[in-house]
Formats: sequence, structure tokens, C-alpha cells
Amino acid sequence: MDQYIDIKVRVWRQAGPKAQGHFETYELKHVFQGASFLEMIDILNEQLVAEHKDPVTYDHDCREGICGMCSMYVNGHPHGPDSAITTCQLHMRKFKDGETITVEPWRSRAFPVIKDLMVDRQAYDKIMQAGGFVSVNTGGVPDANAIPIPKPVADEAMDAASCIGCGACAAACKNGSAMLFVAAKVSQLALLPQGKIEAATRAKAMVAKMDELGFGNCTNTGACAAECPKSVSLANIARLNREFLCAKFKD
Amino acid sequence: MWLKDSSIGRKFVMSISGLFLVLFLLFHGSMNLCLVIDDICGTQAYNWICAMLGANWYAIIGTLVLAAGVLVHFAYAIYLTIQNRAARGNSRYAIEARQEGVDWASKNMLVLGFIVIGFLALHMYNFWYKMQWAELTGIETSMFDPQDGSAIVKGLFTFGWTGIIYCLLYIVWLVALWFHLSHGIWSALQTMGWSNLIWLKRIKVIGLIFATLTVGLFMVVVIYFLGVNIGTMLQ
Repeated sequence: MDQYIDIKVRVWRQAGPKAQGHFETYELKHVFQGASFLEMIDILNEQLVAEHKDPVTYDHDCREGICGMCSMYVNGHPHGPDSAITTCQLHMRKFKDGETITVEPWRSRAFPVIKDLMVDRQAYDKIMQAGGFVSVNTGGVPDANAIPIPKPVADEAMDAASCIGCGACAAACKNGSAMLFVAAKVSQLALLPQGKIEAATRAKAMVAKMDELGFGNCTNTGACAAECPKSVSLANIARLNREFLCAKFKD
Repeated sequence: MWLKDSSIGRKFVMSISGLFLVLFLLFHGSMNLCLVIDDICGTQAYNWICAMLGANWYAIIGTLVLAAGVLVHFAYAIYLTIQNRAARGNSRYAIEARQEGVDWASKNMLVLGFIVIGFLALHMYNFWYKMQWAELTGIETSMFDPQDGSAIVKGLFTFGWTGIIYCLLYIVWLVALWFHLSHGIWSALQTMGWSNLIWLKRIKVIGLIFATLTVGLFMVVVIYFLGVNIGTMLQ
């Protein structure tokens, strides 16, 4: 049964992108275990506002696990110590009475901190702009069944497409590599006939942009897939490698 | 050049050079096994292989290619690690938890690599310097005949307490090598794109089998001579 617990929250406070950050510990009493993690942060912020202190800045939007905004490194795990969920889906029942919870922002060169827990993730948008799309002529929508796609292929493409671009992969990676994200985005299109045509140029363009933005080199440790809120598989990285290497050898 | 300028290209070079070195290790390990067979059956297979390689032109070319392989693998490892450290940024996480399913070896490949290459230097001094180098230069580097590789190996590993210490050092080396290969082999295949949802699990097992087989070949020889040595010391 969910109970009320008293906790300490150790939060990273950083006034701005250039400012020196530090940890600040706040005591929070009588937190219901049925509350989500973000609701707990909201309660903390209300308490801070009541004390005339600066509330903790953090990203959030949909609060149902599909937007990928709630980037928090909770107790050493992106999106907290539960598997296959985002921070907004994390509940306080994962924590014990009297526990000190450490909350940090994503730490990666390509994701600079804006304030407190909020980081700039435009790097992922730039990678998408480099090639994460299918070029089509506008006009009438073709019939969905005009091009038959085998079910297993469609399933795999769908699983890759479940990536929400939250940045947990690069945040968890000891090499600061964005390979799982890029692999998911390349895979979801490369698997389908509509995306296959541009697969080679897409892989080259997205990898080049990823490298340019200062993400690290993948060493297949698998921390990304283990921490991914959508359980995107490492197999996608192999597909990206394959697409990229084939494209380069053809050149 | 994309093999240097793109992240996947760099990883591809790591994979190819790594797999090349694994193939060499398999050959070297099989050759070593002859030592044990020779010792038990009284044959001369190991020395026959040594004589065949020796200081012949093809053995020298082989050695140079091998050295190039090690050098490329080492240089790229340093280059990649520097880049990866930089990509992590300046601030480190206060708490870094272990993730389930993430091998310890995969996060410590550089350290394991340093252990392997450190012992490699010792190994080169122990054997290569006394065998191929001695044959090449004609300089007398040890009390053994450079042609008699078998005697050099036995001489080191069964030389009383020194032999035991050397055996233990080599065991530490081989364990580090096993950890390095337990991640390296499957990771190399994954980097070359030889993986998918089904094969991901398979190449991990194949990697473990190859790592165990490769290291096992060397381990058998060391443990055999350790046993022989302790046996003679107890008599």
C-alpha cells in the first residue's frame, strides 16, 4: 500500500549555462507514494516559492511518457531507477521513507545545461534536420495498402519509431554517444519501402551531423538500451553501422 | 578520409584490427598447445613450427603486419577514448549506477587493453627477443639456442619460484585478455553491422565462446607447466 514518506531531495542547482552548479538538499515531508516524481518536484517547488526561494527549473510537457521532455538523472539513472519509463511515469513508491534522492541534469557536452535540470537538446533536432525524414511530393495521400510491408518489418520499424528523442541514451552513455537515437531514427525509415530509397544518404548525413555536434563514439556497452524509456534495441545500432558502411563502400 | 573522420569509420578500424589480432591469437594459441603435446608425447612439433617461421622473410613480414595491427588498434583506442571523454563534457554525474545487462568489461576496455599491452611488452622480452630477434641479429640474448623455442618456454615456466611467479603473471594477463575479448569480439561484429534482433544474442555467445577458446589455449599451457614445475619442486 502507498504511504506517506519523508524524503530529502538533493537537486542540482545551476543559475545559468555559464554559472557554476552545485547540489542543494531540501527536506520534503509527507509525500504520498502515489504521487509521480514530477508531482513531487512540483510539491518541492511550491514549498520553495512559499519560502521565497527560486523554484527548481525542469523540463516537462505531456506527463504521459510520450513527449520525452522530463530529462532527469535520478539516483544515477536517466528517468530514475525503473526500467522502460520516463520520469513522469516514475512514482514515489519506488523510494523509501527517509531516503535521499539525487536529481541531476543530463550531463553531456552536446546537451549544455540551461538552468538547474533543464538542458538544451537541440542537437537531436539538428540531427533530424540533417536527414531524419522522407522526401515526398505533396498531393493526395496514397492508399495505405498500396505497398505491402511484411508484419515483422513493420513491427521492427514501429519499435524503432517509438524513440521519443529524450536524450537518455546519450546521457547514460559513458562515451556521450547518440548512436541509439540516430540508429532508431535511421532504422524506422530504412526498414520501410518509402524510406529505403534515401537510406544511404540519410545514414551518411545523420552520422556526419552527429559527429559534428560532438557526440562520442559508440563502444557497444549497451547502457543506452538498458536505460531507454522505450526499450529501443541495440540491434538498431548494428543496422545503422551496416547502412553507413555499405554507403561508404559504395562511394 | 571517413575511416578517420567519422565515428563509425573509426569504430570499423577498431573492429577490423581487433578481429585480426584475435585470429593471430587463435593461431598462436594452437601453436602453443603443441608445447604440451610435445612434453607429454616427446614429439618436436613446437620447434618444427618455430623453425618454419623463424627468421624467414614471410615470418618477418607477418611480424611487421602484426605489429602494425597492434599499433593501429592501440592508436585508435587512445584517439577514441580522448574523443569520448570530451563528449562526456566537463561535469561528471555525482551518482552513476550500474545498468543491468551492461558488462563490466565493456566499460573498461581501455584499462584492460593497457594491462594486455603491458604484459605484451614483458612477453616480447621473455620470448620474442630470445627467439626471432636473436635469430635475426645473431646476438646471443639468452643461454638457450634461439632455434629451441620449446626449451626457452619450459626454461622460463619451470624455473623454480621464478617459474611460478611468471606463470601467475601470465595467468593475470590471460584473465585480462579474456575480459577484453568477452566484449571485444561481439562488439566488433556489431560495429561491422553483423547483428539484428536475433543475432544480437547469438554473436554475444559466439564472442564468449571464441574468447574462452582463444584464452583457454594459452591457459592450458601455462597451467600445465605450473603443474609440472610444482610437481618437480615437491619431489
